[in-house]
Amino acid sequence: MSASGLLAQPILRIGSFAVSESAATATGLTIALAGAAAWARSRLRLRDPAGWQVVLELAVQSIDSTVRDSIPKAPERVLPLVGTLWIYILFANLVGLIPGLHSPTGDLSVTGALAAIVFFAVPYYGVRAEGWVAYLREYFTPMFWMFPFHVMSELTRTLTLAVRLFGNMTGMEVAIGILLLLAGFLVPVAFLFLHLIEALLQAYIFGMLALVYIAGGMQALADREQQTGGTRR
Amino acid sequence: MNELSFFTTIVTAFSVLAMGLGVLGPAIAMGMAVAKALEALARQPEAEKSIMRWLLIGLAMIESLAIYVLVVVLIVLFRSPMLDYLLHK
Repeated sequence: MSASGLLAQPILRIGSFAVSESAATATGLTIALAGAAAWARSRLRLRDPAGWQVVLELAVQSIDSTVRDSIPKAPERVLPLVGTLWIYILFANLVGLIPGLHSPTGDLSVTGALAAIVFFAVPYYGVRAEGWVAYLREYFTPMFWMFPFHVMSELTRTLTLAVRLFGNMTGMEVAIGILLLLAGFLVPVAFLFLHLIEALLQAYIFGMLALVYIAGGMQALADREQQTGGTRR
Repeated sequence: MNELSFFTTIVTAFSVLAMGLGVLGPAIAMGMAVAKALEALARQPEAEKSIMRWLLIGLAMIESLAIYVLVVVLIVLFRSPMLDYLLHK
């Protein structure tokens, strides 16, 4: 039970450089996922695909269609980021089910880093889609004094993104830990299934919210132009 | 009763209370959201995909309120600055 570890504890020290458990797990997971992706990439077959290839194609296709539904304009730019977030967070959540390992997403530093990526991705994609002027003008609509509220909403939603994932994963782990103390035999199995569902749902929600935020930064202006254009005509 | 055990008792009692009270609002909100989503689903079953998507996003937003309470309670229980002060006095 890692309830006492609300703050990350270092497990390894190289000089003055401390490596926390979640950082080690996250790095290991990144290497494993990248390795698996490279392995799968070299074994893709156009004809007579293997079973795992069909499963991978199904996953990629569903991610692709979801991104395309939300972002009509240039979805292939956003697809790598959101797809990576989905896959990475899903596996990071599931790592907690392996005995002896904890979910890296149960550490506020890791979820904070993920949320920071989304925070910086919103202006990046927004500026690429609309240009600096159009993107910055978004902050002063509908009235110029709305600027602080826009900034505040961007900051708080980043914080929410991080804290939601962290709270869900930590809460689940603490709940299972407490249940293990109360009744160690077979009872936690039901909660482990709940953990499985929670991992899926939280990964989906994190990626979906990132997608919605990025879409908001990219196409808010385009939408309004369409509307005003429609009323003029 | 000395200071430390008094503090621990108070913290435990109020953590339980905070969790219970803090979950009330999100529970009502989630119930309302799901009820409205089911109404919309019954009226337009063909819009299931987008209704489900926005329902899940909305539920995540509401849920984060309860998660805030959980995080605050966890901090108060395990990482309280007050407890550090009492222990190292």
